[in-house]
Amino acid sequence: MRGLSTKSDFSLFLGCLIPNRLPEIEKSTRLVCERLGINLHDMKGASCCPAPGVMKSFDKALWLKIAGRNLDIAANMGMDIITLCNGCYGTLKDASMELKDDPELQEVVRASLSTIDRDLGKIVDVYHFVEYLYFDYGLDDLSDHITKKLDYKVAAHYGCHLLKPIKYRRTKDFDAPTFFDELIELTGSTSVDYVEKNTCCGAGGGLRSGLKDVALDIARKKVASIKDANMIVTPCPFCHMQLAQVSNIPVVYYSQLLALSMGFSEEEVGMAVGK
Amino acid sequence: MNKDVRSCMKCGSCTASCPSGRVVAFRTRKLVEDRAIGEIDYDDLSLWYCTTCFNCMERCPRGIDITDEILKIREEAYRKGKVLEPHRAVLRYIYRSGHAVPINPEVREKRMALGLSELPPTTHTFEEALLEVRRIMEDEGIEYKE
Ligand code: SF4
Ligand code: SF4
Repeated sequence: MRGLSTKSDFSLFLGCLIPNRLPEIEKSTRLVCERLGINLHDMKGASCCPAPGVMKSFDKALWLKIAGRNLDIAANMGMDIITLCNGCYGTLKDASMELKDDPELQEVVRASLSTIDRDLGKIVDVYHFVEYLYFDYGLDDLSDHITKKLDYKVAAHYGCHLLKPIKYRRTKDFDAPTFFDELIELTGSTSVDYVEKNTCCGAGGGLRSGLKDVALDIARKKVASIKDANMIVTPCPFCHMQLAQVSNIPVVYYSQLLALSMGFSEEEVGMAVGK
Repeated sequence: MNKDVRSCMKCGSCTASCPSGRVVAFRTRKLVEDRAIGEIDYDDLSLWYCTTCFNCMERCPRGIDITDEILKIREEAYRKGKVLEPHRAVLRYIYRSGHAVPINPEVREKRMALGLSELPPTTHTFEEALLEVRRIMEDEGIEYKE
C-alpha cells in the first residue's frame, strides 16, 4: 500500500546536470511517473540547488538563501519536492531540515528573500525520487506496473548524499542499505555485490570540478572492483557522469531501468544498453 | 553531537574511512588535529580533497561533525581569497545563468530529440528568475559583469 496516498502531486526539481547534460534522465522519469500516477509539476524559474560542493564550501549563508528561494517556489505551488539528484537532494533536504530546526536561520533567509519579494512560505518536504518510490509509493504498488522482467546483472551505486548525513535521512543504515537494491531487483534484474559498493564516486565536494585527476582516481578504484555486472545503476546524474567516464559497462539511471521494465523502449528512454 | 574538535581521541577512524585519503596524501585526522590547535594552512591544497562523503562524520566515535568542520574551514579559506579557479568558475556560471552547469547547443538538440522543451523551465527560460538569483548573490557581494 502506498504510504501517503493523497500525495501524488509534486514539485519536480530538475537541478542543472539533468536538464542541461543528461536530459534522458528527465525524459525517463517523466515517462515512468506518468505511468505511476505521480504528477510532477515544473518549478518555473528554479535555479541550481545550489551546488553543495562549491557553494556550501564558500558561503553557507548564500547556499541557504538560494536553496531557500527554490524551496519558496515549491511552497507557492503548495507541493513537496521530488529531486532526481543526490547533490540537489543533499542541498534541498539538508537546507529544509536546517531551516525547520532553526528559527534564527529562517529569519536570515527570509530577510534575504524579502529583497526579491519572496518569503519562505511553509517549508516543504524534500524527497529523492528513489526514496519516495521505496518508502512511500511502495514496492507492491510499483510491481503492479512492471510488465517486462529484465535480467540484467546490475552493480548498484547509491552515492553518498542519498544516505548521509543520517540525521536528515530516513534510513540510518548507511553501511549496508538495501532499498535501492530492492528497487533494482523489482525489475527482474539482479543486484550483484562488489567490494567497493559503498565507496563514494569521488565527484562531490567540488573535487570533480576542482581537482579532477584525484576525483577520477577514486572512481577508477570503485569501478575496478565491479565483476560480473553488465551495467551500473545510479540514482544521481553527478555520480552517473563520473562513473561513466571510467567505466567499460554502461551507466544507467534508475528511471531508465524502471522504464524498460514497464515496456518502454531503449530509444524512448534515451539509452543504448546493447552498445 | 557537534562535539568540539578538541575531543578527538586520535583513533584514526576518519582517515581510514576517507575515499580521498586512499588515492592522495590527505589525512582527515591531521586536519582535525590542526583545527584543534588552531593551525590551519589555508594554502594547503588538501583542504579541497574532501568529497563531503560524510563517512568520517558518521563514524567518528567522539561524534565530531568532521565534514561540517571541513566546510567551515573552506569558508574561511574562501574569505581569505584562497579559491581554486574552477570553483570560482562555478560561481560565475551560477551568476550568469542560474545554473552551475548551463545548457549548450548539443544538449538543446538532444532535449528536442527526446521530445522535451528545448530549454528547461528554469532560470534558462525565465529571465526575471535569473535576476532574482543574481540579486541574492549581489547582496553577498558576488557579482560577475558580462
Ligand atoms: S567527508 Fe571528506 S574527509 Fe570525511 S571521509 Fe569523506 S572525503 Fe574524507
Ligand atoms: S574519527 Fe573522530 S576521534 Fe577518531 S581521529 Fe577522527 S576526529 Fe578524532
